[in-house]
Amino acid sequence: MTADLLRADGVTLSYAKRAVVHDVSLELPKGPTGVALVGESGSGKTTVARALLGMIEPTSGRVMFGEMDVSQFSRSERAEYRRTVQPVFQDGTEALDPRMTVGKALAEALSVSPDAHLRGAARASRVSELLDDVGLDGGIVDRLPHQISGGQRQRVCIARALAVRPKVLLLDEPTSALDVTVQAKILDLLRRLQHEHSLTYLLITHNLAIVESLCSYTAVMFAGRVVEQGPTREVLLSPSHPYTASLIAALPRMGGQIPTAVGRADVGFAESGCSFRMRCPIAIDACLASPELASIGGRHVSCFRANDVNGDPSIVNSKEVTP
Amino acid sequence: MTIIPPEELVPNDERFAFLTLARGRLRGQKLFAAGAIVLLIIIVMALLAPWITPYPQDAQGGVDPVNSLLAPSAQHWFGTDQVGRDVYTRVVFGARTSLLIVFSVLSLSVLIGVTLGVIAGYAGGWIRDVVMRVTDVFLAFPALLLSLALCIVLQPDLKTAILAITVTWWPWYTRLAAGVAASISGRAYMDAVRALGISPARAVFRHVLPNSLTPVIVQLSLDAGGIILTAAALSFLGLGAQEPTAEWGLMVSQGQDLFTTAYWVALFPGLAILVAAFAFNMLGEGMRTALDPRRGFTS
Repeated sequence: MTADLLRADGVTLSYAKRAVVHDVSLELPKGPTGVALVGESGSGKTTVARALLGMIEPTSGRVMFGEMDVSQFSRSERAEYRRTVQPVFQDGTEALDPRMTVGKALAEALSVSPDAHLRGAARASRVSELLDDVGLDGGIVDRLPHQISGGQRQRVCIARALAVRPKVLLLDEPTSALDVTVQAKILDLLRRLQHEHSLTYLLITHNLAIVESLCSYTAVMFAGRVVEQGPTREVLLSPSHPYTASLIAALPRMGGQIPTAVGRADVGFAESGCSFRMRCPIAIDACLASPELASIGGRHVSCFRANDVNGDPSIVNSKEVTP
Repeated sequence: MTIIPPEELVPNDERFAFLTLARGRLRGQKLFAAGAIVLLIIIVMALLAPWITPYPQDAQGGVDPVNSLLAPSAQHWFGTDQVGRDVYTRVVFGARTSLLIVFSVLSLSVLIGVTLGVIAGYAGGWIRDVVMRVTDVFLAFPALLLSLALCIVLQPDLKTAILAITVTWWPWYTRLAAGVAASISGRAYMDAVRALGISPARAVFRHVLPNSLTPVIVQLSLDAGGIILTAAALSFLGLGAQEPTAEWGLMVSQGQDLFTTAYWVALFPGLAILVAAFAFNMLGEGMRTALDPRRGFTS
């Protein structure tokens, strides 16, 4: 018996024979904890999340829910899995049916939850409990999504996910559609819920600033591959992969210099060898071959020069000539 | 749809807030208002036909050969036809026939077309392929020819005409609904619904269908005029409503030979067809403009 709730096991996803996600392995342990999946747009983060949600079947590899393969589920196992793993999407405006009131949306989620037997007053009190949990007033039940604010919509989405008493929440850019002040409040809420409900988060984001507060473990993706994964503090404070280092170097800082793009972001990624080599400021001839995801200390890195990066983000600013 | 008054199309209910928004826009639309008012008058006249016509028996088989082909006068506003029936009475009763045809064809088309369409659009895959190929087969025939052929094969009467028009009309609704449903199916809220494990039946009828209705409603009002014309064409060719039913197309066909001597027999039912079809088109165009997403309509 493994301690992981949900696990991607060498998941590869191809469209038209082209792998968009390549051999990704991730473990989501029992909560309260969080795993962050970071990387630029198009790196395959959301695709991995959709595979973990069972919305797309991996071309190869498996998604394991406890000891069971998600693609081999029986009907009742699938229902159980649905109740355990819930998504929260980027934009509450998109993620709520525009014709359905908040109350009806929550009631619908309750109808497939372990609390489905509740009727009348008991159900109403469960609905207000859920709203209370996400910091919303009970009066909101009769409102339609367009009649409430963006932050409230995102809270409703979180309440709807919580209605089925899940253990894992897949948060796909949960705050990027919101104002900065609202973002902070939603992050506070997520942090509190994580501990109150012992939730495991899979946080998909390109906003590194929100990673540390929610996730103790981070995987960095580039061009469909995990290039570095390990404990968040290690990965983000002392990156070993030049791509991670470039992500950190690109973070804007108050009063600091406007960060310059590292490498050439416009060149895309290499089809063979190390996919990052065309943008890598420290690439060498060896990078024409594919690096393996190798264990270095407490983390995994796929880079021939990991030891040279070794926690020094400034190395990506070096002027070494790329081959 | 013809007999739903515009007030009901835009109910003041929170769940239909999108329609309340539409109503705000419709208010400023002269086109929509004109169409709606004319239709309202037609509907009221159709409903009150026995009480507002001087010779209601003329619409139900009564004849009065002595008074045949009288020119329009105070007694017979629109004159009388070959067998002495009051043309005004029959034009008013003809509105009932036309509205009955429009309402029946649209209800049946929506029932069959939209149901199949949303299921096909949501399910995708082979279900969508099968449904779409079937609609393609129906759409491959020229609509009027298919209707004519059906009316000839079956006994020509009002019911056959309704059936024949429906057969050529429903596939359009299937196509429309399938396209809309497929796009709704890809929205994040449908991902959320699927992730909860909500049954596909509930997903289709509680989420996809209500969100697909706006374009369908617009299409309904745009189509109603075309159905009136098609029904009139069938009757004109003797393949739709039969004597003594008061039907505009049939009345025009009966008056066509007399047009130089007794123009009123064909002219007034012809004008009725024109006015009704035009009113529906104005209503539809007005609604299409009001609900056009490019005007910033989101919901």
